[in-house]
Amino acid sequence: MFTEITGAIMIFLLSALLAWPLGKYMVKVFKGEPSWLDFLAPVENAIFRLCGIRPEEGMDWKQNMKALLLVNIAFFLLAFLLLSIQGFIAFWNPNGFGNWEPTLAFNTAASFTTNTNLQHYSGESTASYFTQLAVFTWLQFVSAGTGIAACALLFQGLANETSSRLGNFYKLLIKSCTRVLLPLAAVLALILSFRGTVANFRGIQQAATLEGGAQMVAGGPAAPMIAIKQVGANGGGFFGPNSTHPFENPDYLSNMAENVAILLIPMALVFSFGFYLQRRKLALMFFGLMSLMFISFAGLSAWQEARGNPAFTDMGLAQCTNMEGKEVRFGPVASSLWGVSTTSTSNGSVNSMHDSHTPLSGGIFLLDMLINAIYGGVGVGFINFFVFLVVAVFIAGQMVGRTPSLLGKKLEAREVKIAALIVILHPLLILAGTAIAAHGIRVDPELGWLNDPGFHGFSEMMYEFSSAAANNGSGFEGLGDNTPFWNITTGITMLLGRYLPIIGPLAIAGSLAVKKPVPESAGSLKLESFAFGAVLLSVILIVAALSFFPALALGPIADYFTL
Amino acid sequence: MKNVRIAIGLAAITLLIFGIAYPAAMVGLANLLSPHNAAGKPVYRDGALVGFENIGQAFDSPPYFWGRPSAVGYNAAATGGSNLSPANPAYRQLVQNRIDTLLKYHPGIGVKDIPVELVTASGSGLDPHISRAAAMIQVRRIAASRRISEEQLRRLIGQHCRKPLLGIAGPGDYVNVLKLNLALDAGVESAGQSPD
Repeated sequence: MFTEITGAIMIFLLSALLAWPLGKYMVKVFKGEPSWLDFLAPVENAIFRLCGIRPEEGMDWKQNMKALLLVNIAFFLLAFLLLSIQGFIAFWNPNGFGNWEPTLAFNTAASFTTNTNLQHYSGESTASYFTQLAVFTWLQFVSAGTGIAACALLFQGLANETSSRLGNFYKLLIKSCTRVLLPLAAVLALILSFRGTVANFRGIQQAATLEGGAQMVAGGPAAPMIAIKQVGANGGGFFGPNSTHPFENPDYLSNMAENVAILLIPMALVFSFGFYLQRRKLALMFFGLMSLMFISFAGLSAWQEARGNPAFTDMGLAQCTNMEGKEVRFGPVASSLWGVSTTSTSNGSVNSMHDSHTPLSGGIFLLDMLINAIYGGVGVGFINFFVFLVVAVFIAGQMVGRTPSLLGKKLEAREVKIAALIVILHPLLILAGTAIAAHGIRVDPELGWLNDPGFHGFSEMMYEFSSAAANNGSGFEGLGDNTPFWNITTGITMLLGRYLPIIGPLAIAGSLAVKKPVPESAGSLKLESFAFGAVLLSVILIVAALSFFPALALGPIADYFTL
Repeated sequence: MKNVRIAIGLAAITLLIFGIAYPAAMVGLANLLSPHNAAGKPVYRDGALVGFENIGQAFDSPPYFWGRPSAVGYNAAATGGSNLSPANPAYRQLVQNRIDTLLKYHPGIGVKDIPVELVTASGSGLDPHISRAAAMIQVRRIAASRRISEEQLRRLIGQHCRKPLLGIAGPGDYVNVLKLNLALDAGVESAGQSPD
């Protein structure tokens, strides 16, 4: 157990230490300063020329938003088309998989375009290698790039002194892909393939087992996809059971590398905020707040898993660690750390089955997604955190009786209204969706999509909608989710949960960008203070707790008391 | 209209770069630098593919070490876990049945001796490992079936035991069932190679 804990601590420290220089480097990329990847400039310029992009053209928030939405619509439509005609593409399809059913294609195209990677299909039995690479791996880059670019636009909006130009979305998207995601993914793909993550184009192979049977083994070009799935907070695995599969995550070293990759960019973007606006102390305070929640949640989850299943004691077993859905080579601590990492950062890959975690551990994963701003997804995580920040500044301002100002700009009715609507959107999507599903099950108990009875069944439905709304992508996979009901409802939830929380904060940034800065005085609210940190943390926890507590009580908490 | 043209162009070009060129290059590079690992560490015996080092196999006959229960019967073309929740009565029954089966085939051991991973299914359904303790409780059955000494088997398990990464990170004291069984088939005496 001791080495399991030291392993987890190493993963966390390594992520934070690597995130600092990466955060600094990303600011260089955003601002177009020279860096060691400048040799890629000809490639990037060729892309700009071919597409007709003028990279130096500054755009205001509305122009950027239009560009972001149109590009994402193009991604979505192309992905939907390619999935629908998969069977006709003879290239990279050694197992001869056919076309996708329309609602599954809709759900999956929405899922990968929105950086969610909720998977209602199983990779090794549905998706051709062409689909895995040219659709999924491609979208894992550009959807992550979209999030990072949006975050860079937000930074510029906060930095501006009365200019409406936030930068150029196209340029930021391409450069995020070529200069941040591509090098990191390439390094990780190589590390993984050296450890035994499969990387070839062979179809299903048959092995003659020692006992004289036959074992069918699916392989494929998994390493490059797994690398970007982790680096880009995507989470969609090559194989059905994701990174529990020995071909995705062969040993403890690969597990460390993947877990660090999950946390890396989300952590780095918090530091980037500090470097971009020269508010390092504030960025460190944000990082500290997030890490406080992160470490507490990971500790609680690991403790619950190690404490295990009391039913095992009743059966007479000496150990009762909860090993259901876990791998021996990772153990409970690394499984819990990964679970909290993947749900905090809206990644969604798993190295243990979340459905089989003990109720409180599963509840923590849910809570991570309900908050959705502990480091958060690449780009969008910090954007979500920014919304909480606006609300907290407003409330703190009310408490001390001053006009609230954020980073030298006055917050007025318009900004606070937008922030409040975005904060409410998340519970609305999750609770309304869960309510509809729970009603469906009540009306027709034969629907048959629940694997577990009782309170846990409720958790399964709530988890699915939380995962969709938070653009996470992990699941309580006991849910039989490949039905038109789940495909359509979660598909729409993912789209709303992705684009509205990008549009709203960018609108705030757009309106802050043109405001005249007010000089900071002794009377203005100091953000880098313990008091404000406490207000911010309370806002985050109260919003999550108040809006979701009743639902959590029906799911994981009730489940815990029946254990 | 100009924006629409840009969007379509951008989608097409990024697909070619990140969806085709990047993965093809990485697969090529991996196969160039480390072909055995990129192939998933296949294991051949007398020229025939008998499995992959990290992909668990179903074992349930007396002369072999048994691995963990699998929700998919070790089918490596349709993998997955049980997704059963700890509180589910059906799950508890399943665990009880596994305990009963183990007790039946391993006379002399008690419920308390059974490590928990031997009665729970892994997430992938392909977990290649069990703990040292889980291998030890099977020694008597295998020794009887193969007519070899228990001492030799214990030594074999010891040789195959993995340490934590760098001695400090992650779980230790577990063995790869397939490699252990390959060593058994090769003859216990010649099984002195390193576990890697």
